[in-house]
Amino acid sequence: MSLPGQAVPSLMEEFLEGIWKQNPVFVMVLGMCPTLAVTVSAMNAVSMGLATAFVLVTSCLLISLVRNIVPSEVRIATYILIIATFVTVVDYAIQAISLAMYDALGAFIQLIVVNCIILGRAEAHAAKNPPMKATINAVGMGIGFTIGLFALGSVREIFGAGKLFGISLFGPDFQPWVVMVLPPGGFFVLGGWLLLFNWLKSRTPPAPAGVKVSEGHAHV
Amino acid sequence: MRERIELRTAPHIVQGNSVERIMLHVVLALLPIAGFSVWQYGISAMALILTVTLTCVATERLMNHLMGTPNSLTDWSATITGLLLALTLPPAFPLWMAVIAAIAAIVLGKFLFGGIGNNIFNPALVGRAFVQAAFPVSISTWAPAFSSHRFSEFIPTTLTLPLMTPPDISVWAKQALDGFTGATPLARWKFENVLATPHDFLTGAVTASAGETSAILILLGGLYLAARRFLDWRIPVAVLLSAALTAWAFQLYNPVRFPDPLFVMLSGGLLIGAIFMATDMATSPVTPKGVWIYGALIGVVTVIIRYFGGLTEGVMYAILIGNALAPLIDQVTRPRVFGEIKVKKS
Repeated sequence: MSLPGQAVPSLMEEFLEGIWKQNPVFVMVLGMCPTLAVTVSAMNAVSMGLATAFVLVTSCLLISLVRNIVPSEVRIATYILIIATFVTVVDYAIQAISLAMYDALGAFIQLIVVNCIILGRAEAHAAKNPPMKATINAVGMGIGFTIGLFALGSVREIFGAGKLFGISLFGPDFQPWVVMVLPPGGFFVLGGWLLLFNWLKSRTPPAPAGVKVSEGHAHV
Repeated sequence: MRERIELRTAPHIVQGNSVERIMLHVVLALLPIAGFSVWQYGISAMALILTVTLTCVATERLMNHLMGTPNSLTDWSATITGLLLALTLPPAFPLWMAVIAAIAAIVLGKFLFGGIGNNIFNPALVGRAFVQAAFPVSISTWAPAFSSHRFSEFIPTTLTLPLMTPPDISVWAKQALDGFTGATPLARWKFENVLATPHDFLTGAVTASAGETSAILILLGGLYLAARRFLDWRIPVAVLLSAALTAWAFQLYNPVRFPDPLFVMLSGGLLIGAIFMATDMATSPVTPKGVWIYGALIGVVTVIIRYFGGLTEGVMYAILIGNALAPLIDQVTRPRVFGEIKVKKS
């Protein structure tokens, strides 16, 4: 999204925004419900990410196309209707492709409809930009969200089951860390990733003066 | 450091009690308990205690370095966390899991909140809670005390390779000690309705965590620290009293189902928890009334978890719940400032 007074971002910048600068999981910390709930394995995480990305891209495209004919009083209702339509498509599609995955993701497929990333993108970006830009931005966001979910799901699957995408990494004697597939494990791993990203962010640009951790406490 | 001139305002009386000194005395009070544990469980317990303590100390140093805080090893708090954590783990606990418990204790329990004095939960119990959630089987696998080869061989699970499942020790344990059932007195009471006698507890002839069995040494250490005013005696008294009263009330209600108060006080980790963990200065309330409420709460919650919960032992969660409520307890029991007039809320 471009604020007044800012240079209009190029298509490449629009695309990269969701992957790095405004990553929905690591930077905006949006959509935490599916992020924490379905990331017990890498496969679940990637499926959820792709399903959300599909809904995100298609709804952003459609919302951008109709943005000038929808009265602003009913725009949220229209967005929800559009999003719900595509969620229904995804819901049936996953059920048809893999019933096991459908059972594993459970209610969280239907809950994509209230995922705040999608409504947030619709309101903040797609409703203000032409279809091309909106779609590219949504693709970037979708990929960013999938990467975020994969980052959580892979760590949780490696520690929680000793596997990655169902392939055993440490042999049959691996001791699973039960906590990693329980809800607390989701919070621990998310916290760890956020810590890492904040640390990286604080290092990459030359840190502004005065941010450095004060050295040496008062000696008692 | 010593040559530096310090400018201070009055009073100029030197107060002898520093954090370092209190912590050092807590370490001294814990050493006999650790020693008894080694005598009971042999080199496995010794390896466990050394591994956990050294990992805690090393993690503390690393976190100092990463966070740019001054070296905090000299305040002994990491050593205490390590010792306490080791003493709450089962003696057969695999060493690689113990290392994870120690790292979780220092990083999650202490440094994420800003280091010593800023933690809201007792770091040792955070470490134990983490491995309780991660490795529920290993943390309830018990080894026999006083097995004959305890000074010449490790318990088979101790040296499990990192990330691997520890072997089943039930066959080894039966061989090491005749009639060993692999259950703690609390589990035996809960599932088999067999009560251990006070004599068993006082001599350490029970199955338990590494540092839970020496009731006399724990009490002596507590008395020493309380006499030197290094811990608030009200907290352990309140915890034990409320646990005993709750147990007594339950026993009055149904003497067949519920055990006697003495069993409740001596079994499991209640003594070491009440004396060494609930009294952690950073995580317990400071107001005189609040201290009693906090202790009583821990005692009641412990007994309720033991009687009605899925776990056999509830001291750890009871203290963590107490820690979480300590700021609130302080808030509502704040003493009236002298001369303050109570204003009625409209």
